[in-house]
Amino acid sequence: MIEFRNVYKVYETGTRALNGVSLKIEDGEFVFLVGPSGSGKSTIIKILTAELQPTSGSVFVNGFTLEKIRRSAIPYMRRTLGIIFQDFRLIDNKSVYENVAFAMCVIGASEKEIKKRVPYVLELVGLENKSRRLPHELSGGEQQRVAIARALVNNPNMIIADEPTGNLDPARSLEIMMLLEQINALGTTVMVVTHENQLVDRFTKRVIAIDNGEVISDGMDGYFAYEEE
Amino acid sequence: MKKNNIGYLLREGIRSVFLHGFMSFAAIWVTVACLLIMGTFSLVLYNLNEIILELEKDNQVLVYIDETYSEAEAKSVGSQINMIANVHNAQFVSRQEALSAFVDEQQDEALFEGLEASTFRDRFVVSMEDNALMKQTCEDMKKIEGVADVEAHYEISEGFQMIQQILNIASMIIIAVLFVVSMLIISNTVKLAMYDRKEEISIMKMVGATNSFIRWPFVVEGFILGFTAAVLAFFLQWGLYNLLQMQIASIDTLNLFNMLPFVEVIELVAVCYGAVGFFVGIFGSLLSIRKFLKV
Repeated sequence: MIEFRNVYKVYETGTRALNGVSLKIEDGEFVFLVGPSGSGKSTIIKILTAELQPTSGSVFVNGFTLEKIRRSAIPYMRRTLGIIFQDFRLIDNKSVYENVAFAMCVIGASEKEIKKRVPYVLELVGLENKSRRLPHELSGGEQQRVAIARALVNNPNMIIADEPTGNLDPARSLEIMMLLEQINALGTTVMVVTHENQLVDRFTKRVIAIDNGEVISDGMDGYFAYEEE
Repeated sequence: MKKNNIGYLLREGIRSVFLHGFMSFAAIWVTVACLLIMGTFSLVLYNLNEIILELEKDNQVLVYIDETYSEAEAKSVGSQINMIANVHNAQFVSRQEALSAFVDEQQDEALFEGLEASTFRDRFVVSMEDNALMKQTCEDMKKIEGVADVEAHYEISEGFQMIQQILNIASMIIIAVLFVVSMLIISNTVKLAMYDRKEEISIMKMVGATNSFIRWPFVVEGFILGFTAAVLAFFLQWGLYNLLQMQIASIDTLNLFNMLPFVEVIELVAVCYGAVGFFVGIFGSLLSIRKFLKV
């Protein structure tokens, strides 16, 4: 579960990125976070991952209170999240298998656990036959699937996907969204940050719209509802 | 650190040395160069210091014995002189020996043929453990019964001490500067290697790696680089030192500069190189990684 309570963020340059954002995402939900460039979406993600501290207000992420979190506790908070980026962020010299196993190594999983879990997750994202390939030998859609597998492998409470289809064609974008929907159906909370209205409207999901650092709509009415505001 | 991680962290550190082959090569040779400059300079100073200590030993003190004492009585004073803590050696010189030495030093020995040994006093030629304490030691010797006078060249002793102090201070400053320079060069070289892996570090942070988990492979890598550089520098230093020793020995005018054989300083050089390689490698890595952990 994540919750923002009246969160403000003012950067050192004086830019007001968030103006009293309040929102709550319950466990098991699938949520789209939409808004134009500079609306405050990236700031929300950076606060969720503890890369930034809010100027004021409270943020709760899977049992951690972020404005009070100690630096040493941040890695443990991040382990409750699986993060997917627009540019995939895979390690070029590691194979598909190693890229996914790497995320388990980092949290101290045993060889045995890794050998059991990684093939399962690769199968879930449909890459069981490409585990030995290097990232540059894969298509954009496949690379994003590796990133999803890496985000999933530590069994996080929540997946945060930051523009996950930004570098993909419409067909691959739809595949990735369907995969995220499937992951959500297995019980993982999913938050997708995007500005692709057509894609959002293909799914009947909760859409939180943000603009000028404020939540301007929150409901099940799709992207167009936000555009009409 | 979890037990599961140890093997992984060591493997990653070793793998990284080979994966970033060119950077590793550059870091090792930059460290070797710095160690060699620092080592050569320190060894030259060490040798100069030894030469000064040797020269200082020649600055001996003459202790004259009361002329009313017989030779046997005069000799017995030696045991009291030797009991003074700073006295290294007290060698007895009889009146007759003093006369012979005096006559030998003269250009025209015939002029002194009739000179009586009684004109001279029995004496002790005393060398010190530490010439810095010469004044106090002479005072102590003057208090011994039967000692008539003590002749010492304090100005020579003080001169040597001043040269030694200047050399020590200069060497410490230069070694410290070279150490900091080496560390900064290593730190920057490792930083370049880390910049190459900036993305990897940010991914590690995002999937929940702790700072110590991220640091360890770099520390292992730094240790391997520093240690390899120290071993290479040690053997190169050995070769260079012997070469320099042979060159100096072949030049007649440099006979005074008698270098110590390398085997006499081998342990000191090995320990110093090992320690500097260890510190420079590990702390150079830790210094570089700080910036990259602020994600």
